[in-house]
This record gives sequence, C-alpha cells and structure tokens, in this order.
Amino acid sequence: MKKMTAALAFIPALIISTAALAVTANEVVTNYADIAHASYQDSLNTAVQLKSAIDAFVASPSANTQTAAKAAWITARAPYQQTEVYRFGNPIVDDFEGKVNAWPLDEGLIDYVDQSYGQESDANPLYVANVIANTSVSIGGDEVDATNITPALLSGSLHEAGEVEANVATGYHAIEFLLWGQDLNGNDKGAGNRSWTDYDLANCTNGNCARRADYLVSAVDLMITDLEAITAAWANDGEARKDIISAGDTAGLQRILTGMGSLSYGELAGERMKLGLLLGDPEEEHDCFSDNTHNSHFYDVTGINNVWFGSYKRVDGSMIKGASLAQYLAEKDQVLSEEMAEKLKASLVAFGSLKTRAETIEAYDQMISEGNTEGNKVVQTAIDTLVDQTRSIERVVAALGIQDVTIEGSDSLDNPKSVFE
Amino acid sequence: MILKTLAMLLALSVPAIAGELKARPDLSEKDQQRVITITRPTDNFDQAEAFEARPSGAGTPMGPSGKNSFSQHLQNLDATGRMKFNLGRSIFKKLWVSSPSTTFASDGLGPLYNARSCLRCHLGNGRGKPPNMKTGDARSFLLRLSVPPSTLAEHQALSSKSVSRIIDPIYGGQLQDRAIQGHKPEGQVTVSWTENPIQLADGTNVSLRKPKWSISNPAYGPIAKKMMMSPRIANPMIGLGLLEAIHPVDIINLSDPEDRNKDGISGRINLVRNKQNGKLQIGRFGWKATEPNLHQQASHAFSGDLGLSTNIAPEPAGDCTPLQQYCSNAPNGVQLRLGNSEVPAKPLDVLVQFTANIASPARRNVSAKQTLEGKSQFYKAGCINCHTPKFVTSRDAARPVHRFQLIWPYTDLLLHDMGEGLSDHRPVADARGEEWRTPPLWGIGLTDTVSGHTFFLHDGRARNLEEAILWHGGEAKSSRDQYKRMKLHDRNALLAFLKTL
Repeated sequence: MKKMTAALAFIPALIISTAALAVTANEVVTNYADIAHASYQDSLNTAVQLKSAIDAFVASPSANTQTAAKAAWITARAPYQQTEVYRFGNPIVDDFEGKVNAWPLDEGLIDYVDQSYGQESDANPLYVANVIANTSVSIGGDEVDATNITPALLSGSLHEAGEVEANVATGYHAIEFLLWGQDLNGNDKGAGNRSWTDYDLANCTNGNCARRADYLVSAVDLMITDLEAITAAWANDGEARKDIISAGDTAGLQRILTGMGSLSYGELAGERMKLGLLLGDPEEEHDCFSDNTHNSHFYDVTGINNVWFGSYKRVDGSMIKGASLAQYLAEKDQVLSEEMAEKLKASLVAFGSLKTRAETIEAYDQMISEGNTEGNKVVQTAIDTLVDQTRSIERVVAALGIQDVTIEGSDSLDNPKSVFE
Repeated sequence: MILKTLAMLLALSVPAIAGELKARPDLSEKDQQRVITITRPTDNFDQAEAFEARPSGAGTPMGPSGKNSFSQHLQNLDATGRMKFNLGRSIFKKLWVSSPSTTFASDGLGPLYNARSCLRCHLGNGRGKPPNMKTGDARSFLLRLSVPPSTLAEHQALSSKSVSRIIDPIYGGQLQDRAIQGHKPEGQVTVSWTENPIQLADGTNVSLRKPKWSISNPAYGPIAKKMMMSPRIANPMIGLGLLEAIHPVDIINLSDPEDRNKDGISGRINLVRNKQNGKLQIGRFGWKATEPNLHQQASHAFSGDLGLSTNIAPEPAGDCTPLQQYCSNAPNGVQLRLGNSEVPAKPLDVLVQFTANIASPARRNVSAKQTLEGKSQFYKAGCINCHTPKFVTSRDAARPVHRFQLIWPYTDLLLHDMGEGLSDHRPVADARGEEWRTPPLWGIGLTDTVSGHTFFLHDGRARNLEEAILWHGGEAKSSRDQYKRMKLHDRNALLAFLKTL
C-alpha cells in the first residue's frame, strides 16, 4: 500500500478514479500464483544445492561433508515449507505434496532400524528386511527386484500402487532419515545421530554403504524431478496456474483462504501440534530426525503471511510483491483487514519465539514432552494464535461473501438452532 | 422370552407402556409421551415433517453438501469437543508405518493389513466399494473368514459368546491382502460376476450381478474347504455416536424375534459380548451388528484392518495366527512408556470421539413434490418396517451432545432375514448367514458426491439404489415386490426420495 500511495502522489488527483485504485481479484490470484512459482523455484534450487552437497558427501564421506549435506537439507526446507499453504484448495498441489513431503516415514522399509526399540531385544531377522540391505524385498506381496536402487525403483515399487498418500519411502523425510538416522533420544536432547561412516565404503558401518548412498542419491534425484514438475505447473502456462485462474475470481480467492485456514487450524494447530502435545510423543513432530520441526512450523506460518500480504522474500533476498488479499479486503472492510493483519503478525511472533526457544534452550520434541510446563506453554501459545487467526479468516470469508470455503477441521460459520429439545 | 432376558441383561426396570412395549427408564412420563408422538411414523405426505431436514438433530450441519459432507462435526459440540474431533480426524487419516520407526505413535502397522489408514477404506468417511478386477483396486473391501466349530471347546466358546465366530486356523478372522516389507500378504480377493436379468411389472428390464468370491494366491497354505467367507465393503462413518445413543429399550421394542405381530418381519437383536465390561449387549455396528459400541468397533478395525493392538485387542501382530509364526514374531510398535498397546488409550479415545461426533448431513429438497411422493411410496411399501425413520436418543447417553436428539437414521439396528440371494452363509454371534443388520440410510443420497461411486449392499454388488432394492429378499420380499409393481413415475419418486437422504 505504501509503495502505491507514493507512486500515486505524482499523478494529478483529477484523473484518479476509484476503479484505478482498486485491486482486482484477478490481480490477487495472479500474484498468488507468482509467489507460488517463486517459492517452488526456490525449493527446486535449494534441492539442487542439496544434491550437490549429497554428491560431495557420498563421493568423499566425512563428518564435514555430512554436516554440509545436513545444512543444505535445512536450507532446502525453508522455502518448501512456505509452499505448504498452497496445498489445501489446489488439487494439483495436494496430489503432488505426498510425493515429496509424506510423513511419517516407513524407516524399516528403507534402512536398518534400532534393534533395542520396543519390546524386542534379541536380534531379529525382520529388522533387516529393508531395501538397502536386500537386493530382493517382498513388498506388498511382490518380490521387488532391488538390485539397482534408482529413482524409478523408489517411485515405482516402494509405495503402494495407486496410493498417492501412502508414499512413505521418498521425499524430504526419507533424505532426512538417511542423513540423520533415527532419533533415539526420546524426550532428551539430541537429534538423530547417524555416523558418516554409514556411507564410508572403506570402513562401512551397518553394512551396505554403497547401496545406502544409492538410495540417498536416488531420493534427492526423484525429489528434484517432482519439484521441477510442480515449479513448471505454476509457470506462465502451467497447469496449476491455469487451474486456479480459470476457476474464476471467487473460486480463486476461495482457494487462497481455504489454504490459509486449513493449514492454520486443521493441519498445523491440530494435527501437527496439538496432537503431539496430547499424546506426549516426542517424535510426533514433522522433521523428527533432524530436530528441525521449529523451522518447519515457522515457515508454514511465514507462508500463510506471504499469501495474505502478497509478498515473498526469496532465498536470494529479493522480494516479490504484488496485489494482495490484504489490499483487496481493505477496500471493502478496512477494519477487518487490519484485524487479519494483526492476527497473522501475532502468530508469526509466537512461532518466532518457538523457533528461538528451539535454537537456544530446547528442541521442539523436548518442548512437547509431558510435564514440561514451560515448553508446553510456548507450543500452546503458538497453537492459540493459529486458532485465533482462523476465526478471523472465517470472518474474512463471510465479509467477502464467498461461499463454500471448507476449512479443514474448523468451526463452522453457522450457528444452528436447537432442534426438538 | 428374549425380551425378559434382554431386560435382565441390560439391568433395566422396564414397565410396560402398552401391550408388550416397554417404557424408557430415561424419560419422565411426559417426555415419554412427547417421544411417542414425535417418533410415530407420519401419514401426511403433503408437506415435509418438522425437523426431518436435520437427521442429526441439533448437531446437523446445514451448509451446502459436497465432498466433505461426511466429514463435519456435530454442530452442538463445544470448542474443546471440536478440537478433539479434529485431532481424532487426523488419527483417522494418519498413515501408519511398520515398526520400529522414530515416530513412536505412528508405527506398528501389520505385519498383515488391509490399509495403512482408516480413511483409505472409508472413502471420504463414506462407504467403500467392491474390488475392481481390472484395476486391481480392492482397498476399501475385505473378506471376513471363519470355520464351523469342530471341537467341544469351540462350541462352548460360541455358545458362551466368548467369541462370535471360530476364526480360520491359518488365515484368522479376515483376509489381509497387504503386508509390510518382508512378509507375504495372505492372498488377493477375486470376484467374478454373473448377470441375472429380471423384469419389473411394467416390462422394464434390470440386470442384477451376482458375485462369486474367491481367494487367489493364498500365501500360507491352501484354503480350507470348510472356510466361510463374508465379503464386506467399509461402512460410512456418519452419525455413529447418535446410533450408539439410541436407547436399548427402543431397539428391544422394535425387535420381534418370533414375529408375534405376524407382519412377516422378525427383527432380531444380535446379542454380543462387550469386551470392556464382559457384559452381553445389543450389537449395533458392523454389517452383522456384531459390535456393541464404537470403542470396540474401532479396536477391532485397528486389529483386523491395520494390524494395530489396543487394550481390548491386545495382539500387536493383529490377525496373525500361530500357524503364521513368522508373522507373529515381527517387531511391533508397543511403547510401554505410552501404554501396553500400539494404539494406547489416549489416541484411541480421541479417534473414538471423532467417529462418535461425525454428523449425518442435512437433507436436501425435503419439501419437493417428488421427494414427498417418493417418501409416501417408501412408507406404503413397508420399507419403514425395518428402515425406522426416527428416534429420540437417550437422555442418559454417554456424551452430552448425543442426548435427547430427534434423529432420522432409517434403521432399527436389528438383524433381518434378507433371503438366500444375499446370504453369506457365515454365522456370526446370533446372526445367521442370511441375516443382516438394517443399514442406516441417512446420507445414502450423497454416496457418489462423497465417495465417488454408487455401490451398495454389504459387498457392493448393487451398482445403484434400484439394484439394491431389487436384491432385497426374505423378510423384505414383499416390499421389494411392491417396488417391482410400481409405475415408473413412483419408482423414480422413491429413488429421488432416497437421494435426498
């Protein structure tokens, strides 16, 4: 708004009509698509950098190259998490999302897992029925030939045919698992602690180091292919962009708000945060191997802010800024637009505190552990800001007169009268 | 006789109100009269009844219908209830993974399983469909398995109701067509269809397809000749808490095991064991009404369908049998810190609350002329003798939101003889092969919208509502025959009425 006002100051007031001031729904949706494209492009670029780091790691495994690969993974997560807000409401994104971000992960299908886990203590042959350790694995009743671990094997045979959702052996979290390993620290400090020697062909720990490297490289290659496709889908003639533009103005705004609301409430506040608090499960968190959950959550919330304010700070620091829902609503209801802005800023602040706490005091998995009053409170406060902003999102939906917005898992807007009694 | 037994079992003091009908102990005399009045079947088809557009009573969501119509919470839930609903929903759609994984609360799948998540079978929280032999998709469908009792102990176990059926010694209580890495699925479901043309009174030809089920690629040894198979599609998930809240006396009053009123319709209760308290109770859930409550229903589904253990189904290896030794010894997902099962009490409770609080959606077009005509046909043909339109739920229901609600489920929750054509020839608890629980009809008109298909009946053999009606036999034969005699106009009206449910 500021920028626009400044520009207008140079134009003689006489020729300005209200219409010229107004932001159109089409401009809002187009800018939303532009931000999607930039965010996925950044996700792709950082994934390519991750691949370089992984190539360097497997070519010459060491603590240093492993650390560099881990750092590249964390960098790659930041832009990707900001795209999650596009998931709900955009069917093309929802279909794609499971390929790269599925969680939880079927660790035992991929690699060795800790044998002291659970009640079993004796060595059990079933702990090594995994792809990395076996050139032939029985998966879903089919003997899968896993002689060569390739992206095609991962995308074809390792998940249940036709099950878009049940993609439990590929994507960011598979790579995360292969870099960090299982987090066996429970509620105590520490992330997964896989040794770089798991990839050391000369002194290989836990066996099958070459195959483990093949899996890691294949997983990142596959992820790059998938990210290329979704980036192209948001480019000028891309399928996802065409899909939302052709849906029409109202449907377009509806999708934006569905995404904001569903990610805020059902997905992030509920499924990813409150459930973990409720179950007291230290690993009921998304980036569980790397203890990067605070960033994962923080950038989800950043993404919600991005689509509301119509701006996105790219990985290289440059800004994309255009027509926003904030402006569009302000022209109709200034007060509500300001309310929404405040709520979004509040959630960003709350998740900022959560992130700071994770970086300075204790990891997210420690925060949600049972009995950690202070940690629980920080998480609960963050949840509350999301619930609160969802109510405002619902008010925005009402104010814009948009029907049919189903915010996943959210309170309904209507207030039915009591029946019979 | 059975009435007395039931009353004793249920520890009810039930004074008679009229003839054999028992009074509801949860109601004052005045309320009793109100309930009798409001639940009496209407004889006025000139206009819609008050409240009939709200099948879930006060909790009915009144927004437009769509893909999410079976995913809405009861609107009278408070904020805490809504958040819990939401969390339960995430457990319902959660993908489970094999053990051991770092995500303690999400592992324990299998070793044998039918699906990785609940939602995978209950499509859009709605019903599943039969296997498609062309695409190989059999994921919202399963075969229940058992064998006739052969030993004295087995006979005793059945008659004392410590079990509802004798499971197959190798393949267990159901066929799992999936398995985690390193294990073999038990086999695949195969079906072949035979078309049987029938003719309606006005000369219209309809073809009904009859299935023949078998198991291909049995991985753990040949299928026993005496094995009994019952094919099942996943049931819709709506309004279940309200069905749980129907007062037992109302169900007892509807039952007529000896057909004393000589209407040709018996209506029997499937009396089953409540595994939490050991008591015998009215079965309400499942195609054969074998589950007395949602907690038990969910626990058995976790065990049989996903291979996950709970308090009342404590085997971490789910339906693996001792003859599938490799399977029984697989690593499991029990975390003693969180409880002695793969799905500990807390998440199970949240899941059950979710299943209890999904609303049955608002009806559409209740006042349209065709709807009312169809409703009249539905009543005239005697469909409501089993598909009981309405109840007022118990004042003593466990959850406040379910108490004293006028609901419209179109079921009596009783078992009825549906004829040889639909029989699975597999008894379970008190239900004979040809007996099936009257399935609730609420929401049936949104099947396509929500679940993307229109396959009906226990095994999805009916390809639309008309075929489903025409499959009715046994006690429902007279109603079916009336449908066959109806003019096209009336048949269309009846089907249109069903689509508004």
